[in-house]
Amino acid sequence: MDSFKKITSIVTPLDKVNVDTDQIVPKQFLKLVQKSGFGKFLFFNWRYDEQENKKSDFVLNNPKYENSQILVAGDNFGCGSSREHAVWALLDYGFVVIIAPSFADIFFSNCFKNGVLPIILDQKIVEKLLQETGMIEVDLKNQIIKTSSSKMSFEIDSYQKKILLEGLDDIAITFEYENKILDFEKQSKIPSVL
Amino acid sequence: MGKTLFEKIWESHIVVEKPNNPSLIYIDRHLVHEVTSPQAFEGLRMNNRKVRRPDLTIATMDHNVSTTDRSLPILDQTSSVQIKTLEKNCKYFGIKLFDIDSPNQGIVHVIGPQLGITLPGSTIVCGDSHTSTHGAFGALALGIGTSDVEHVLASQTMWLEKPKSFEIRVEGKRKNPHAVTAKDIVLSIIKNIGTGGGTGTVIEYRGEGITDLSMEQRMTICNMSIEAGARAGLIAPDEKTFDYLRDREYTPKNYESLVDSWKGNLKTDSDAKFEKEFTLHIDDIAPQVSWGTNPGMTCNVTDSIPSPDEFSNGDLNQKRGAEKALEYMALEPGTLIENIKIDRVFIGSCTNARLEDLIEASKVIKGQKISSHVQAMVVPGSQMVKKQAEEMGLDKIFIDANFEWREAGCSMCLGMNPDILSPGERCASTSNRNFEGRQGTGGRTHLVSPVMAAAAAIHGHFVDVRELDLD
Repeated sequence: MDSFKKITSIVTPLDKVNVDTDQIVPKQFLKLVQKSGFGKFLFFNWRYDEQENKKSDFVLNNPKYENSQILVAGDNFGCGSSREHAVWALLDYGFVVIIAPSFADIFFSNCFKNGVLPIILDQKIVEKLLQETGMIEVDLKNQIIKTSSSKMSFEIDSYQKKILLEGLDDIAITFEYENKILDFEKQSKIPSVL
Repeated sequence: MGKTLFEKIWESHIVVEKPNNPSLIYIDRHLVHEVTSPQAFEGLRMNNRKVRRPDLTIATMDHNVSTTDRSLPILDQTSSVQIKTLEKNCKYFGIKLFDIDSPNQGIVHVIGPQLGITLPGSTIVCGDSHTSTHGAFGALALGIGTSDVEHVLASQTMWLEKPKSFEIRVEGKRKNPHAVTAKDIVLSIIKNIGTGGGTGTVIEYRGEGITDLSMEQRMTICNMSIEAGARAGLIAPDEKTFDYLRDREYTPKNYESLVDSWKGNLKTDSDAKFEKEFTLHIDDIAPQVSWGTNPGMTCNVTDSIPSPDEFSNGDLNQKRGAEKALEYMALEPGTLIENIKIDRVFIGSCTNARLEDLIEASKVIKGQKISSHVQAMVVPGSQMVKKQAEEMGLDKIFIDANFEWREAGCSMCLGMNPDILSPGERCASTSNRNFEGRQGTGGRTHLVSPVMAAAAAIHGHFVDVRELDLD
């Protein structure tokens, strides 16, 4: 995983609550066996009509937001299915920061495994960011977001921050605890399935 | 201070614990299916890693499989590749697979309990959000993403922030337990606490309204915990739980001694504190029907469609969400639920496709025909459920009523296989999600119980099943 760098970008405002992972990447695109190439399916049913023409009223189809790396959305973003394809699609499309007042648990956790930073901010601040038209800067190291007119800090778990900043492989980290896993297995009372 | 059931299971599975950091938790059972595993196996291969405990790992194929004639090849090439990839991966890594021809094939959350793989007090994960189903047995059962699937395959552990404990008490007795079901209880809960009401928590369902339920009904409740945003849902095991798991194909040989160790231990202490609480009284609850595009948008069958103002309680975002939902669902505020005509009926999914669900639905249908403008199907949750139902003659009741009787799989719950709604079609569905396009692009889903779905099939619109003779 690449290490997380400071991001400077305009924000893409997706002013909707309860955006579920079925909308982020619809089920017909879950059949691939690799992680790449999901960007073209991102928000597919909102981006395209039945003839697969771009819908002009959907925010991602506005050329202004073409190179945006920051998505701002409403409450409970990423709810529903556990499909990590949702994060792969957002990342492949170009989003590396997602800001919302709240996230669904599994989606939130999936972000960190792929180098995507989910940031929880107060509802009022998110509403302001949804209106923000200028560049904003997201500095993970110092946990600060700068807009043209303001500066705010955000919270992040120290372990997740380290994983992102250093681009760590958490399986390799876990293997350092091999002895502890073995000790656990020796005393475990739950038998094998077979 | 005492501990909650969740805290007890959590503490007994900690491998590494550090202050202000996620804990490393041991996983006792890992269930694998074809959609969320290929990239995980590929990750192992690329890093020369093996599956640490194939003996704690079980796989089946359910999301993509066809529910019609199994002797025919799968027409969709990408589905076929995903299924073959699972076969290859299981062979390569030495994992037991219940494949398409196995009598044990079925929806992963139906077969786990049915085979005695799900155990009280254990930790269970699967790359599927409805893993919460297994919590009905007093297991801590978590849906995970593909990266965590890879992590568990490699290490049999995962890093997890400790969720909070959420007590949901279900009090009282239903007047007509055949008409007002576990599905109606859980939809009522989600209607009240909202789709984000359980975020960051593990719910423990407690009270007379829960202990009264059969194991299969308890699974329906725990299954939909994720629709309230919870990490997991739990019910303390009791004699019903222990009886259900006895003498199943994979029930452990030392089962009785395990039961002895669970009794008295796997419960919340009387002086334990929950961080969040909610109580639902069920004496007078009605059958539920969802009207919108998330499971919180649900009302009584006797109600009419709410106006966005009425629904949102002053919250502008919720109001706009409700407006969008009504537009998508092509419904007007004030329309009586009972006047909504339906085109399709789906009885199936990990929420409601167990034997009891099919028995209850068949009572509504027996000796009748479905409405001429309705297309209806029953998709048993597993091949074993299908066989048991056929031994009871349920297939004949459904087929005589003009239902289609299918092979086991996820089917039209999520439209990853040929079973989908056409744009604009309206479906009474026993599944768990009414998201836009979930059952097919442009399809409109109303979540209901199996008896409500069956009655809707007969009448062509929703009816209050409390008015039918179901005993």
